[in-house]
Amino acid sequence: MVAGFEPWTRERGAAIIAAEARREGATLPILHALQAAFGYVDAGAVPLIAETLNLTRAEVHGVVSFYHDFRRDPPGRHMLRLCRAEACQSLGADALASHVRERLGVDWHETTPDGAVTLQPVFCLGLCAVGPSALLDGSPLGRLDNARIDAALDRAR
Amino acid sequence: MSTRVFIPRDAASLALGADQVAAFLRQAADVEIVRTGSRGLFWLEPMVEVATAAGRIAYGPVSLGDIPGLIEAGMLTGGAHKLRLGRPEEIPWLARQTRLTFARCGIVDPLSLEDYRAHDGLKGLARAIEIGPAATIETVTQSGLRGRGGAGFPTGIKWKTAADAKGERKFIVCNADEGDSGTFADRMLMEGDPFVLIEGMAIAGIAVGATKGYVYTRSEYPHAIATFDAALDVARRDGVLGANVLGSSHAFDIEQRVGAGAYVCGEETSLLDSLEGRRGQVRAKPPLPAHKGLFGMPTVINNVVSLASVPIILTAGAEFYREIGMGRSRGTMPIQLAGNIKYGGLFEAGFGVTLGELVNDIGGGTLTGRPVRAVQVGGPLGAYFPPALFDTPFDYEAFAARDGLIGHGGIVVFDDTVDLAKQARFAMEFCAEESCGKCTPCRIGSVRGMEVIDRIAAGEQPEANLDLLRDLCHTMKFGSLCALGGFIPYPVMSALEHFPEDFRATQRAAAE
Repeated sequence: MVAGFEPWTRERGAAIIAAEARREGATLPILHALQAAFGYVDAGAVPLIAETLNLTRAEVHGVVSFYHDFRRDPPGRHMLRLCRAEACQSLGADALASHVRERLGVDWHETTPDGAVTLQPVFCLGLCAVGPSALLDGSPLGRLDNARIDAALDRAR
Repeated sequence: MSTRVFIPRDAASLALGADQVAAFLRQAADVEIVRTGSRGLFWLEPMVEVATAAGRIAYGPVSLGDIPGLIEAGMLTGGAHKLRLGRPEEIPWLARQTRLTFARCGIVDPLSLEDYRAHDGLKGLARAIEIGPAATIETVTQSGLRGRGGAGFPTGIKWKTAADAKGERKFIVCNADEGDSGTFADRMLMEGDPFVLIEGMAIAGIAVGATKGYVYTRSEYPHAIATFDAALDVARRDGVLGANVLGSSHAFDIEQRVGAGAYVCGEETSLLDSLEGRRGQVRAKPPLPAHKGLFGMPTVINNVVSLASVPIILTAGAEFYREIGMGRSRGTMPIQLAGNIKYGGLFEAGFGVTLGELVNDIGGGTLTGRPVRAVQVGGPLGAYFPPALFDTPFDYEAFAARDGLIGHGGIVVFDDTVDLAKQARFAMEFCAEESCGKCTPCRIGSVRGMEVIDRIAAGEQPEANLDLLRDLCHTMKFGSLCALGGFIPYPVMSALEHFPEDFRATQRAAAE
């Protein structure tokens, strides 16, 4: 679920980092854990991770910025990840995406002004035989058209 | 007594309402619901199976509104109804497959080791322990199994190399970063039969002398991640994983790690960098991962389907597996029929079935009912083939001979509304977005490729720019460090070669 994140604090961040730090190659597990707790990776976490893992801040920043998943800002209450890959394109994903962007009034990676929905592009959800597809707050949706996506967004909001 | 009813929990079935069907049915009738994986006939999902005296009887696709009528028709005893499909194994689409790797998927409760054992599970691992590492590697080599992730490298040779390499630790890494559009075999297996992957990895660990395995699963698969983690807990509790695998002297454990949305991490060396906690950048080879892989140690890195095919090879023997297939492609391939296709899903068959059979006979043509114009085989890095090439057999070498690739076995069908110039542009755009940035042909070439295709589309010096695009593709193909930049020319050049009119059409439209 996207809703229900706790606000970032240095203390909570440090505790989460410490809990994951003993794994080998802990950077990604730490970043995932931070994002699961706060909804994003706060800039204040970068020096904490660097110190814990004995890396430079530049190295940690490099990892955070390399991966599409890690957000640097809090997301909306709902997260819509709409597939833009070829299998969904073959069933009209481009037109569906235009409809969703227009309806929400946002572009990719943006959150609606009321903070309700963040729209993320995704390149394949493995739902390629039931496209066009999306994940709404982690729940898979298939065989989408304008009406079905509108109904799903209405239910969520 | 409650009737046992089987309803899939595969993400694609959930996308079509399987959870709602299960919840409704639980309220409406006296049933014991078992959540399974999917059999892979996605146009029939949600597919509900009822345990009757005559075996399981399937109904589908079941929507919420159908349920009262189904119950009235005697669904719980296999009664007649327009959605009744009969015994699932007799549905022709399933009956004509050769289900080896996916033998249990859709049938068993994915988290029940009892179910897994009852369906021949763990026999391969027991056999590997009995015959020892050298004979296990020899069996895998003799089976002819090649990497199902796309590269097609012989699995047994990879294992032998890692087994012979010196290192204080060795690792088995499973590549579950199934990023190719049109593919979902790894996801289905991890959601529907996770123990077969655990078993395959444990066999690999014993064979090469590794005690730790990592599965790197893409974050876009939250259901696969949850099911696989739960399966790992069950396997540990039962002694399938741990200090004494199945009571033997071999130790092996597995940890699942989650990717973070980078397509390039499906490339094995960038996956290793990502596992080590860094940016997922491609490494130059040599050294091979089998010599110096994860944390500099000898590492076997295999795709989910490769590892999950090993238990049946150990159970039934190399000879049995090798007899299926064609040419140098031995055994079965789980082919994924996707995109604009009427009967989409997972079709496991021996190598050699033709593209035309797959798309038209098995897939039933397009979902929209319009003519098939192009199919992309092998994901975003695969070639677009026109129906004129539908006699190509599904085989690593046959596709390579026609400037294509089978990749991870995904086939995406497009109808006659597709614009191949646009698809070629998308390929370059995707490459630009996903490039790890390490080598110039991929990092810069993909951006320049987009620009050149835009100029062609705008009608600017089309001939000169087409030459430039061909030259650029040549540079990317031979100058890139990995398959991302190296294979992006396949969709671009195949679109240009087989559908040149689309590139001219956009020029005409622009000129008007």
